[in-house]
Amino acid sequence: MNELETLAADAVARAIKAGATDAECTIMESEEFSAAVRMREVESLKEAGSRGAGIRVLVGKRGGSSYTSDLTPEGIATMVRGAMDLAKITSEDPFADLPDPLDLGARTEDMQLFDPAIEEMETEWKIAQAKRAEEAAFAADKRIENSEGASFDSYTGRRVFANSRGFVGSYRTSSCGLSVSPVAKQNGSMERDYWYTSARAAAKLEDAEAVGKMAAERALRRLNPRKIATQKAPILFEPRTARSLLGDLFDAVNGGAIYRHASFLAGKLGQKIGADALTIIDDPTLPGLFGTCPFDDEGVLSRRTVVIENGVLKSYLLNSYSARKLGLKTTGSASRGITGNAGVGPGNFYIEAGQRSAEDLLKGINAGLLVTELIGGEANTVTGDFSSGAAGLWIENGEVAYPVSEITIAGNLMRMWMDVEIGSDLEFRGSIAAPTLLIGEMTISGQ
Amino acid sequence: MGLSQSFFAQRFGITERDLESYLSEALSAGGEYADLYFEYLATTSIGIDEGIVKSATEGVSLGVGVRVIAGERTGYAYSDDLSPEKIRKAARIAAHIARGPATIVKTGFEDAVQHNLYPMFQAPHETGLAERVELVKRADRAARAYDSRVFQVQATYADSLRNVLVATSEGRLSFDRQPMARMSVSALARQGEGAPQHGHSGGGGRVTLDFFEKEKTPEHFAREAARQAIVQLDAIDAPAGEMTVVLGPGWPGILLHEAVGHGLEADFNRKGVSAFSGRIGQQVASPLCTVIDDGTIGSRRGSLNVDDEGMPTQKNVLIENGVLRGYLQDKLSSRLTRNNSTGSGRRESYQHIPMPRMTNTYMLAGESDPAEIVKSVEKGLYCATFSGGQVDITSGNFVFSATESYLIENGKITRPVRGASLIGNGPEALKYVSMVGNDLLLDEGIGVCGKEGQSVPVGVGIPTLKIDKMTVGGTAQ
Repeated sequence: MNELETLAADAVARAIKAGATDAECTIMESEEFSAAVRMREVESLKEAGSRGAGIRVLVGKRGGSSYTSDLTPEGIATMVRGAMDLAKITSEDPFADLPDPLDLGARTEDMQLFDPAIEEMETEWKIAQAKRAEEAAFAADKRIENSEGASFDSYTGRRVFANSRGFVGSYRTSSCGLSVSPVAKQNGSMERDYWYTSARAAAKLEDAEAVGKMAAERALRRLNPRKIATQKAPILFEPRTARSLLGDLFDAVNGGAIYRHASFLAGKLGQKIGADALTIIDDPTLPGLFGTCPFDDEGVLSRRTVVIENGVLKSYLLNSYSARKLGLKTTGSASRGITGNAGVGPGNFYIEAGQRSAEDLLKGINAGLLVTELIGGEANTVTGDFSSGAAGLWIENGEVAYPVSEITIAGNLMRMWMDVEIGSDLEFRGSIAAPTLLIGEMTISGQ
Repeated sequence: MGLSQSFFAQRFGITERDLESYLSEALSAGGEYADLYFEYLATTSIGIDEGIVKSATEGVSLGVGVRVIAGERTGYAYSDDLSPEKIRKAARIAAHIARGPATIVKTGFEDAVQHNLYPMFQAPHETGLAERVELVKRADRAARAYDSRVFQVQATYADSLRNVLVATSEGRLSFDRQPMARMSVSALARQGEGAPQHGHSGGGGRVTLDFFEKEKTPEHFAREAARQAIVQLDAIDAPAGEMTVVLGPGWPGILLHEAVGHGLEADFNRKGVSAFSGRIGQQVASPLCTVIDDGTIGSRRGSLNVDDEGMPTQKNVLIENGVLRGYLQDKLSSRLTRNNSTGSGRRESYQHIPMPRMTNTYMLAGESDPAEIVKSVEKGLYCATFSGGQVDITSGNFVFSATESYLIENGKITRPVRGASLIGNGPEALKYVSMVGNDLLLDEGIGVCGKEGQSVPVGVGIPTLKIDKMTVGGTAQ
C-alpha cells in the first residue's frame, strides 16, 4: 500500500472503531499548472497542488459524511468524528449500504491514465505551445486581429479509495490541454469561437498550429450571421454539439433519475426508444481516455455496459444504491467528489459510429441547419423537452450557404432520438463522445 | 478590528510580520503589486429524498492564494497548508511571473474601511444539526401536503461560513466573515398515469438558520416548488418565434445578468472582445432602463463587505436611462485602464485568480402598474420563473430558460406553456423595453454565476418588464 492508501484504510478502521457499521474513504491529491497567453504575451501563470480526504460512514442504516483538507492525524480524527455525529441525525434508509463485496475490484491491466512526461514538461515549452496556437490563428486571416487568448493546462493527480468491505485501491491520472479563442471582426460583426486539444498523454496532443488554424476557421465562418425565419427543418449537430445532446441522454439513463421517476426513460427498459442505427455504450475500460478508470468511486470493478442497442434501451447506468432501489446490479458507474453519497457518472459514454460521413449527411440536406454552438438552454430530463439557443450554418441544396445566429432550436428528446442518423466521425474529446448526428426535424425559432 | 483579533491570527498565529515577509517574497523578482488571500471555509449540507434524510455532510477547507501582478501579467500559486515554508514556496512560484530586482514592500498595514452587511447573531456552527434536519423534513411534508398529485420531493439545506483575510503589498488589510445559507426544494407531480412534471424553488442569502424560521420558511419554498409542478401538468407546447414578452418581477432579472452584466465586466472590455466594448455614453437600452450592480445590500446572496481583493463593495450604475455608464472593475483591469476598482474583484476560492464579477444586478422600478402591462399585450408570453441562462459576450447573444410561463391573449394571462429558451442580443434587446413596472423585486437568493470555470453566488432583480420583441424557442408555430 502507498502512503495515501494506508491513510485511507486507517481512516476507515478509525470509523469502525468509533462504532460505524461500515465506512468508505476517498483521498485525492492534485497538481495543476496553467499558462495563459494573449496577444502574443504571457498573461498569467498558475501552479499549485492540493489534497483532501472525505469519509462516509453508515451506522446501521443511517449515513453521515465529512471532508477535510487537513490530512494530519488530528484532521482525520476530526473528520471521522464529524461524520459519526451526522449519522445520528439522518433517517434510517433501508437501501443504505456499501456495494456487494463480489462487485468490488480494480482492473489490473495498464489503463494508460498517467503519463510521467506531463510532470517533466518545461514551463517555457508550455507557454510556447500556447503562443504557437494563437499565432497560427492570427496568421490564418487578417480578419483575426484580436483574441481572448490561448492557454496550456496540465494536471496530475491521484485518487485513493478504501472501504470496510476490504477494498483498498488507488490510481494516478494526468492530462494536458491546449485551447485558443480568436476573435474575428468584419464590417461591424464580431464573433469568437474556440478550438482545443486535450489528452491524458503528452504525445497525444494535436499540433498547436492545427488547433490555432481550426479555431480561426471556426470564428471566421460565423462572421456576418443572419437571423432566419421560424420554421421546422432538419438539424445537423457536429460532434462538439452532438456531445451535448448525448449528455442530456446520459441524464435520462442515470439510475438516480430512474428510481425517482424523474426521467422520460423510466420504466422503458427493453423498449424501443431510438432509431435502429442508435447504439450507445458506456465503457470505462477503453485505455487512455477521459472516462477511463480501473474502479468506480465506490470501489466497484469497471466494466463495459451496452446502454442502447439498435434503438432498444438495454440498461440504465447505476451505482450500488440506485441498483438496490431498482432491484438491478450496479454497472460500476458510481461517481462522487471527495465525500457524500455517490451519484452516477459516465465512463466513456459514446454513440457507436455510423456508416455515413459528416459531408455525406450534409449533402443530403435540402434546407436545414448545421449547429456549431449550443448556448444556454437545457433539456428537461423529466419530460424530454429540449430548447436551446444556437448558432450555426444554414445549408441549402447540400451546401453551406451562410452563418446563422440568435435563434433557438427545440424538440422532444424522445422523438429526436427516434429520428436520428449517425455519422462516422466519432472521436473521444471527453468522457461523453458523439459523431455528427442528423435529426430529421426540429423547430427553429427566429424572426 | 486589528489583525490580532482576526480569525487567522487567533487560529493560526499569523502576524503582520508574517504577511510582510510573504508579500516581500512574492515581489522578490519585481512586479508592482502582490496580495494574499487566506480562506477558511466550513460547510454543512443536509438532504431529504423520498421522505428519508439520506445525506448529511460537513467539512472544512482552507488555504492561501498568492498573486503577483507585473504589468499585464499575473503570477498565481496557492497552498492548502498554512505553514510559513509552504506559503513562502507559493510566493516564490507566483514571483516567477516578474523578472527584475525585488520590489520593496511598504511595512505596516491599514485596516480597510468596510461595510457590515451581514451581522451574524448566530454563526451556523453554533446552531444544532437537529434544527437543520427539521427544515428539510418540513419542506418535504409541505410539498406533499400541497397537492395529492405531488409524488416525489427532494429538499436540501446548505450553509457555510467563510473567514477571509486579504493583505496587499499596498498595505491594505481586510477581514471578513461571510455566512451563506440556501434551501432548495424540487417536486414531481403526476396526474393519474400521465407524464410527471417538475417544479423547483429555493432561496436564502448571507443569512443564518433563523432566516428560515422567521422570514422565508421551508413551507414557502416547498409550496412554490409543488405549485410549479402542478401548473406544468396543464401546460401546452410553448410558442415559437418573435413576440412580445412580459417578464414577471424578481428572478427573471437574470435577463440583466446575461444581456448586459457579463458584457460590462472590465476584463472583456479592456481586451475589446465584448459587444459593449467602447460603448460608454451610448444608448444601449430604452430610456426607461436604469441598471445597477450593488454589492452593498444587506444580507443578499451577492453582497460582500469587501470583495475578494479586499476592496469595499459599491453600488455601481451600469446603465442610466438607457445610456451605458460604466464597467465592473477589478484590481488588474482598473490598474491597466486607469480607473478605480468598483469593488467587483471576486474569486471562487483561494485556488482561483480574481476577476471582475457581478454582485446583485437589478433594474430600478418604473411607473407602470404591472396589471396594466399585461393588459396592454394582445398576444405574447408572460414568464414567471427561469432556470438559468448563458451569454456569448462577443456576439452579445444571450439565452435564458423559462420554466414557468403563460400565453397572454387579449390582455389576459391564459394557459401555462412548457419550458422554452428565450434568445436575444445584449446591446439590442433592452432597446425594446416599452414598459417598466413599479414592482421591483429582488430574487429569493439562488443565483450561481459561472465564468471561466469559477462559480460565485449572485443576486438579480427586476420589476415587471414589457419587451416588445424577443425570440421565444418553443415548438408551436
